[in-house]
Amino acid sequence: MTKTIVKVEDLSKQYGGQDVLKGISLTVNEGETVVIIGPSGTGKSTLLRCINLLTKADRGRIWLDDQEITTPDVDEDEVRSHIGMVFQDFLLFNHLTALGNVMVGLTKVLGMPRDEAESKAMEELARVGLGDNAEQYPGQLSGGQKQRVAIARALAMDPRVILFDEPTSALDPELIGEVLEVMGKLAHEGMTMLVVTHEMGFAREVADRIVFIEKGVVVEDGPPNDLFCRPRVERTREFLWKLTELYGKHEEEQADSD
Amino acid sequence: MSEWIVFFWSILPDLYKGALITVQLTLVGLGMGIVIGLPAALARVYGGKWVRRLAVGYIELFRGTPVLVQLFVVYFGFPDLGLTLSRLSAAYLALGLNSGSYQAEYFRGAIQAIGGGQMMAARAIGMSRLKAIRYIILPQALRLVIPPWSNEPIALMKASAVVFLIAVPDLMTKAKIIAAHTYNPIGTYMAVAVVYLILVFLLTAILHLVERHLRIPGLELEAQRK
Amino acid sequence: MLLDVVEFVLGGTVVTLAVTGVALPMGFALGLLFSLARVYGGRFLSRFAALYSIVMRGVPPVVLLFILYFIIAGAINLSPFWAGSLSLGIISSAYQLEIFRGAVLSVGRGQMMAARAIGMSRLKAIRYIVLPQALRLVIPPWSNEAATVLKDSSLVYALGVPEILRRAQFMSASTYQPFLAFGTAAVIYFLLTFLTNRVLDLVEHRTRIPAN
Repeated sequence: MTKTIVKVEDLSKQYGGQDVLKGISLTVNEGETVVIIGPSGTGKSTLLRCINLLTKADRGRIWLDDQEITTPDVDEDEVRSHIGMVFQDFLLFNHLTALGNVMVGLTKVLGMPRDEAESKAMEELARVGLGDNAEQYPGQLSGGQKQRVAIARALAMDPRVILFDEPTSALDPELIGEVLEVMGKLAHEGMTMLVVTHEMGFAREVADRIVFIEKGVVVEDGPPNDLFCRPRVERTREFLWKLTELYGKHEEEQADSD
Repeated sequence: MSEWIVFFWSILPDLYKGALITVQLTLVGLGMGIVIGLPAALARVYGGKWVRRLAVGYIELFRGTPVLVQLFVVYFGFPDLGLTLSRLSAAYLALGLNSGSYQAEYFRGAIQAIGGGQMMAARAIGMSRLKAIRYIILPQALRLVIPPWSNEPIALMKASAVVFLIAVPDLMTKAKIIAAHTYNPIGTYMAVAVVYLILVFLLTAILHLVERHLRIPGLELEAQRK
Repeated sequence: MLLDVVEFVLGGTVVTLAVTGVALPMGFALGLLFSLARVYGGRFLSRFAALYSIVMRGVPPVVLLFILYFIIAGAINLSPFWAGSLSLGIISSAYQLEIFRGAVLSVGRGQMMAARAIGMSRLKAIRYIVLPQALRLVIPPWSNEAATVLKDSSLVYALGVPEILRRAQFMSASTYQPFLAFGTAAVIYFLLTFLTNRVLDLVEHRTRIPAN
């Protein structure tokens, strides 16, 4: 019986009178990679921020493993130490080296002793391919490298699930590949992931399930094959066609240059 | 508290005369500061080696020393050099020189922000340096400078309070007299503080209006772009 | 005569530096606390800090000096030196509040968000992520404030404290050479502010975060 790691039930959120999320429900099971797609500004980021409690939803409930995390007496900081998040604009800590960035959660949140934290951090940096860049500062790294450090930072906390908020949208095209590669590797290793992205190639190849959200509601939710080949809703077909046209070209170019 | 309010009203007429002098000091000092500061800024940006050094010397000297010391040098020291000034004139001169040095830096910032590009474009159509400064650089710089410059009138008004130490009859001097009279130093100085706050508030409001009136959309210092 | 001059210069400088040395750190501690209240505090705390800032920066330092001096002297028996220095510290804290506030806001909300995303409490995030970055950003405007406190220390002249200006006046009275006396005072102050700026420039350089 696969375990459910994240369960979202009837989540709603308004911003300044506008409905950003309207009764969203979804689940992410252990080892699954669930990709969320949809037009920009449809609340996908908000959804992620509600899941790790950075934003408070207006209505609805969320569970992490078997614990409901939307109760008023929950320890938010503690919950967040079990959920990893990777941001669109990296948000690395500028005053710390790559190693420092990955370590700080271990020492200051989990109270790990320095040498233990350091070796774990080096491990995670190596895992994302940046073992040699440990002593460099964010200002000295490329966008792709920064994002990979951000991923290592999230990984170091041994999270139950990692949330990715458009992790490649702020990157130059040539740098997108290295990040997607790391993400693919993680998915393969069995990491539970919830990814918001426009990268259709990644969605198709790596996702176990794709959730299409538009105007604050879930339009369709199913395996990539279903959505791409036999979508149940017309709108899904339309949206995916537009995107694959655009991104299909991008992928061909990538394939050519490899 | 109500006692203090009654007290406040009773000394207000005396304070009012002091306030007038304070405003006078601020306005004259400000005016002098523009007259001295703008040329100093231009000298610093566009001047030849010695002109520039002179300007920098003036600016660094007056920004690096306390206004009170400057006041004493002008009022007590200048007679040694042959220039004896009345209390009020000495205050005007010291405040003017002081303000000029700070204003010079504001102007310099704005002129440099307008930048070499504008100067280059102006010269490319055949303008002399002087014309370029007059018709292209300054009109833009003087608008750009208004938000940061607005700090100066307020700073000057606060700085003017030190003139009480050479017995210029400003707000602070009146306060000293009244405090002695009434044996109520704390109450008096608090009243004076309130008057200064009112003056600063009025000044800020006026500056805001002026700024809004003169603003050109799109012409803002990077830091102000919000 | 020469001894008098030396005593004037050195003695006065020591007192001036002492006044600054009390006022500046005090302004730092208070200013930092107030700025955190202003940025991260709830409605009441934040508004109180804002009011503090407006009042303390809208009134001339001399006036505040007198008010605080009389209040402090009325409550505890402090020498003019201490009453004056502490008062200057309180005054400076309002300006430093604004400096730190600007720096903390410059660091940006994203940093706080990323810190919370790995499970840090607000307090930890401020302590380990926001402040280390903010304190680096703060050095240029802060060095300005340090020079200002140094210059404002001359105001304790009005309280009779034997700092540089007060001694310059003694010199002027005893030598009948006011220009020389006060001119020297000006030069000393100039050197002090110049050195302060240089030292802080160096500190900024040394603590800079490497970037390409």
